[in-house]
Amino acid sequence: MVNVTGLRLKNPTILAAGIMGTTGASLIRVAQQGAGAVVTKSIGPEPKDGHNNPSMVKLDFGYLNAMGLPNPSYEDFLPELKKAKQKSGVPVIASIFGSNEDEFRKVAQGLMSGKPDAFELNVSCPHAMGYGTSLGTDSKMVKAVTSAVCEVVNVPVWVKLTPNVTDIVAIGKAAEAGGADALVAINTVRGMAIDIHSGYPVLGNRFGGLSGDAIRPIAIKCVYDLYANMDIPIIGVGGISTWQHAVEMIMAGASAVQIGSGVYEGLNVFFNVSEGINNFLKEHGYKKTEEITGIAHERF
Amino acid sequence: MIPINSKITKIVAETPSTRTFFFDYSFEYAGIGQFVMVWIRGVDEIPMALSYKNAITVQKVGDATSRLFEIEEGGFVGLRGPFGKGFTIPKKRENILLIAGGVGAAPLASLAEKAFSEYSYVTIILGARNVDELLFMNRFLQCGHVYITTDDGSAHRCGFVTDVLEELDVSVYDRIYICGPEMMMKKVFDILEKEQALDRAEFSLHRYFKCGIGICGACCMDETGLRVCKDGPVFNGKDLMDTEFGKYARDASGRKKWFL
Ligand SMILES: Cc1cc2nc3c(=O)[nH]c(=O)nc-3n(C[C@H](O)[C@H](O)[C@H](O)COP(=O)(O)OP(=O)(O)OC[C@H]3O[C@@H](n4cnc5c(N)ncnc54)[C@H](O)[C@@H]3O)c2cc1C
Ligand SMILES: Cc1cc2nc3c(=O)[nH]c(=O)nc-3n(C[C@H](O)[C@H](O)[C@H](O)COP(=O)(O)O)c2cc1C
Repeated sequence: MVNVTGLRLKNPTILAAGIMGTTGASLIRVAQQGAGAVVTKSIGPEPKDGHNNPSMVKLDFGYLNAMGLPNPSYEDFLPELKKAKQKSGVPVIASIFGSNEDEFRKVAQGLMSGKPDAFELNVSCPHAMGYGTSLGTDSKMVKAVTSAVCEVVNVPVWVKLTPNVTDIVAIGKAAEAGGADALVAINTVRGMAIDIHSGYPVLGNRFGGLSGDAIRPIAIKCVYDLYANMDIPIIGVGGISTWQHAVEMIMAGASAVQIGSGVYEGLNVFFNVSEGINNFLKEHGYKKTEEITGIAHERF
Repeated sequence: MIPINSKITKIVAETPSTRTFFFDYSFEYAGIGQFVMVWIRGVDEIPMALSYKNAITVQKVGDATSRLFEIEEGGFVGLRGPFGKGFTIPKKRENILLIAGGVGAAPLASLAEKAFSEYSYVTIILGARNVDELLFMNRFLQCGHVYITTDDGSAHRCGFVTDVLEELDVSVYDRIYICGPEMMMKKVFDILEKEQALDRAEFSLHRYFKCGIGICGACCMDETGLRVCKDGPVFNGKDLMDTEFGKYARDASGRKKWFL
C-alpha cells in the first residue's frame, strides 16, 4: 500500500496521462493489468482532433510524439470518467488542460461530478500552441492556474511539470504556492526528427516531445532536484519500463512512478514493475516504498 | 522506426475507385492481415492493409488517399510497419470461407492465395457496389469457389454477401474470415452468432489510428479496452461480443460516432 496525497494505491505504479486514457474501458483494462492508479488523457474545454499523423514514432532510444491534446471535451469525457471510477477499482486521476485559469476551472468543475480521486494539471505538453508548456514555463501562470483549480475542487491537485525550463524547482515552488498537493515530473522533452530522404519533419506537427529510455536521466535529475527543494510529494515519470528504472526514480525522490511509453512493451509492465519493486524491498529488508524514497540524497 | 522511404514502382488501377501501389520495399515477414502506416508527406499518415508483401490497395476517399492518387510511378511515400495482429493461417485441408466487401478484399486476397497454396479448401463471397468495383476477382477465382454479389445487380447476384451466407451451411467451415464495411461485418457477425460459429470467425476491423503502435489509446474498443492497432486489427468473433462493434466508433477527438 502506498499513500500519495491521501490516495491509497495498492502499488506505486500509475498509468501516465495520454496513454490508453481516452476511454473508460481502456482505463479499466490498464487497472486490471496491475496499475495502482490511472491518469486519464488530458481533457480540455472543447473537443480537439489533435495534430495530423504521423503523431508518434518509435526511435532507437525512445519515442517522439505530437498528439496535439486530442480529446472529446470534458462534457463528452464525463461518462468515461464515471465508468472508470465505477469499474477500475483503483484511484482515477483526471488530467486536465486549458489555456488560462478560467478554462482550467471550467474543466475541473465540469468533471467533478465524475468524482475523480485527484486532478493532474497538464501545464507541460510541449507541442500544443497556447496550452501546456506555453503556461508551464511561466511561474506566475502555473501558480494562477493551480490556485484557480484548488479553489473549486475538494480533491488533491497534482501539477505536472515540463523539463523544458532552466529551473524546474522555481516552477515547482510556484505550483506549491498555488496549493498543489503533489508534483508530477516530467512531461516529454521537446524534440524533433527529420526524414533525410525528403527533408520533411517526420511528425505532422513538425516537432514534438521525446519520451522513453532517452529521457530517464533527465527525469531522474528533475525529480532529484525537486525532492531536495520541495515539501510536497513528487511522482516520477519518464523512461520507466522496468522495476530497476522505478527503484532508481524512487531513490531520486519519487513517492510513486508513472509509466507511459513503457506500455509498448506490454500492459503487464505495471504488474512486472510493482512485483519487482516488492521483491527488491523485501530482499533489502525494507517494509515500504517510502523507506527508499529519496535515499540517494543521503549518499555522498 | 522512422518511416521507410519507399519508391512506388508500379501502380495498377484495380477498379474505378481503387489502385494498387507496389513498392521497392517488401515486408517479407509480415503476417497476412497486418497493416502499415503510409506517410503521404505534407498531408497525413494513414493505416493500410498489405494487399501483397510489397503493396497496398487503396480506395480514394479523402485528403490523404486523394493526394496518394496524384503520386506517380517513381514517386515516394514513407512506410512504417508491419503492425498489429493478422489472420490465423488455416491448416492443411481445412475448409475456409472468406467474406470480402469492397476494399475489404485487400487483405483477404493474400489470405486466399496462402490458404490455397497450403492445400486448404477455399470458398469466397465477394461483394461490391457494382460489377466494376469487384476487387481482386481474378486472384480469388484462382484459389477456390467464388460467389459474387453486387448491390445493384450489375454482376451475378443482386444483393449482399449476407444473402449468400444465409444459404450456405456454415457448419462445414473450419474458419471464416471477414473484412469489409462495418455494417456488412455486423450483419455477418449476427448470422454467425446465430449459427454458433463466432469462435471460428475472424473479423478485420477499422478504427481511427493515431500512434499505430498501441500506446495512445485512440482506437480502444468498448467495453474490452482492446486496441484495434495492436490487439487487432483482426479479432476473433468471440472478442467482439458485447462490444461497440457494429454500434459506434470514435473520431479523432475520441467522440462517439454511431453507425446508422
Ligand atoms: C487496419 C486498417 C486497414 C486499412 N486498410 C485499408 C486498405 O487496405 N485499403 C483502403 O483503401 N483503406 C484501408 N483502410 C482505411 C484507410 O485508412 C482510410 O480510408 C484512410 O485513412 C482515409 O484517409 P483520407 O485522408 O483519404 O480520408 P479522410 O478524409 O481523412 O477521412 C475519411 C475516413 O477515413 C478514415 N480515416 C482517416 N484517417 C484515418 C486514420 N488515421 N486511421 C483510420 N482511419 C482513418 C476515417 O474513418 C474517415 O472518416 C484501413 C484502415 C485500417 C484501420
Ligand atoms: C502518446 C503520448 C501522449 C501523451 N499525452 C499526454 C497528455 O495528454 N497529458 C500529459 O500530461 N502528458 C502526456 N504525455 C506525457 C506522458 O504522460 C509522460 O509524461 C511522458 O511520456 C514521459 O514518460 P514515459 O517516458 O514513461 O513515456 C503523453 C506521452 C505520450 C507518449
